[in-house]
Amino acid sequence: MSILINSETKVVCQGITGASGKFHTEHMLEYGTRMVAGVTPGKGGTEIFDIPVFDSVKGAVEITGCDTSIIYVPAPFAADAIIEAVEAGIELVICITEGIPTIDMLRVKAYLATKPARLIGPNCPGIITPGQSKIGIMPGYIHTPGTVGVVSRSGTLTYEAVWQLTQRGIGQSTCLGIGGDPVIGTSFVDALTLFQDDDDTKAIVLIGEIGGSAEEEAAEFIKNRVSKPVVSFIAGLTAPAGKRMGHAGAIISGGKGTVKEKVACLRKAHVTVVDNPADIGEAVEEVLK
Amino acid sequence: MVSIKTENQIGFSILSFLGVQLKLYEYQAKEILRKYNIKVPHGVVVTDAETVRESCGDIGRKKCVIKAQVHAGGRGKGGGVKIATTLEEVKRYASEILALTLVTAQTGSKGIKVNKVLIEDAVEIKKELYLAISIDRSSSAPVIICSTEGGVEIEEVSSKSPEKIAKERVDPVMGMYDFQARNIAKKLGMTGKLMIAASQLIANLYRAFIGNDCSLLEINPLVLTQEGEIVALDVKMDIDDNALFRHKELLAMRDFSEGDVNEGKAIASGLSYIGLDGNIGCLVNGAGLAMATMDIIKFYGGMPANFLDVGGDAPVEKVTTAFELIFVDQKVKGVLVNIFGGIMKCDIVAQGIIQAVKKVGIHVPLVVRLEGTNVQIAKTILDNSGLDMIVAESMKDAAEKIVQAVNDTR
Repeated sequence: MSILINSETKVVCQGITGASGKFHTEHMLEYGTRMVAGVTPGKGGTEIFDIPVFDSVKGAVEITGCDTSIIYVPAPFAADAIIEAVEAGIELVICITEGIPTIDMLRVKAYLATKPARLIGPNCPGIITPGQSKIGIMPGYIHTPGTVGVVSRSGTLTYEAVWQLTQRGIGQSTCLGIGGDPVIGTSFVDALTLFQDDDDTKAIVLIGEIGGSAEEEAAEFIKNRVSKPVVSFIAGLTAPAGKRMGHAGAIISGGKGTVKEKVACLRKAHVTVVDNPADIGEAVEEVLK
Repeated sequence: MVSIKTENQIGFSILSFLGVQLKLYEYQAKEILRKYNIKVPHGVVVTDAETVRESCGDIGRKKCVIKAQVHAGGRGKGGGVKIATTLEEVKRYASEILALTLVTAQTGSKGIKVNKVLIEDAVEIKKELYLAISIDRSSSAPVIICSTEGGVEIEEVSSKSPEKIAKERVDPVMGMYDFQARNIAKKLGMTGKLMIAASQLIANLYRAFIGNDCSLLEINPLVLTQEGEIVALDVKMDIDDNALFRHKELLAMRDFSEGDVNEGKAIASGLSYIGLDGNIGCLVNGAGLAMATMDIIKFYGGMPANFLDVGGDAPVEKVTTAFELIFVDQKVKGVLVNIFGGIMKCDIVAQGIIQAVKKVGIHVPLVVRLEGTNVQIAKTILDNSGLDMIVAESMKDAAEKIVQAVNDTR
């Protein structure tokens, strides 16, 4: 088993004819993901990699029965693309796009609260259930099927953690990046809820970073609701206050959002927090014993 | 993550704005608030003390305030704010402040060179208040924050007397309701006509916040004057970088003159760079991995010289610029390259490194850790390059090797 996606998941790619959409669709197909449709307004009726392209998500849903969308639409139009997908009945929307204005995302999030749909991201690497489906931009081969759930605010740092697991022969149930923006669809707490309820996930890796209070909220949730072992690393101990560290959400403001605070909260919740990012794999091996 | 480059309908590449950080000067923020009918003191900006007499007009005939214009708070304590009563004093203080490299709690030890001063008529203060709007990440909504304790850092109020801070969440779809504005006005201690006037100011401030895609809009202090007016005495306005594509007018206000020269250069090249105090330069792909790389250097006893994220793709020119940025910093005694090539193919990165190293010329230890697609080909390329570099097998190995190498060169 896994969370959110599996080999049955039928995916539509919004922005499939753009450079990123095209490139990653090819890699997702290579991995075995069921890419059934693409959407680019104005290019309906054409095909790309033998996949039909539609003018609207609604058209794609009606003809192909797709249930999940991945979005590579440029930032000024991405908020609209998310809402289009949900209006068309898509249940899971994964938004890769970086750079969506925060105020647009606030409105999208308020809209989503009234709908039976889930958004992952934006500004995220996507989600993968190893051996079954890859809906995102992560390199497929570093993953291996197994029982560790991975959730992270980062992209390449997640690859690093996953690679450490795979090299030790520890497989993953599902890995998802929730995104580096201040306002995101799926939180650490949402992901932890799913992993806790997934019978085949035996342990969880949570990779956080400076800024906001998502890790503190995760710690509170873990203390009360998570019975599975959790291993964590929080990036940015050496980051100066008041500077945005690449991700829009990675900033220590007003003395809040530091690694020290986050680690203290997680340790109080009995999470195994490693100080050295190279120790994630070893720590997971320990908790699985 | 992935950067999606596009010529969109607005007519320019959005990529050029990714990673931009736009902070406005106090005087710029005040100009904007004026357009939203929020009262700010009458003032003028001067860059040369010699021009004070011509520039001031009717300002400076009575008591006035001279304020350094820098992107940092705590200016008063650092000597960046002075009060004058005659034009001669205005000129003298303006000249003194313009000669300053201001060091405050927020500028770092290097301080910031002052290039502009704002000269404003002083107001007779009856009461100092605090009013701000920011984004509450936990509830995903704008939030109004107010306090009857103005003129001090809100963090200080928050730790000493949190009961004096009130917050009001605003529905991001519906916007702020009038009654919410009145509630805030009441919490600021306003009654009668003043309460109505303050609630109008609060509604206007919210319009300014949304209309300019702010991430923070703070008035501290907001003052009630002896004449019974409500005036924004000091304003801080930070803009959401991601929204700059729809605010050309704000982009035109951007000023790199006081920032790290490298940070400006990095933005122009589509790189994300932040200078730090250590001596080990870092070149990494991805923001999370870049932070983790800095952290692991510290873990093994070294100190990172910078944060540098080359992004999701790294063509040769970008890697070259990245190396150039690292070596502008004279403190750098070694460089660690840590690339997890997912989308990025390692052999391409390896070629980029070799060309960049040949072009830039590196005279300090270089440790390279590559992982991901085509890593074996990449290692062969590096081995055959004849360049003097240390190839590392893992992130841990890389961090240990660069710290060791830098220690050995001492």
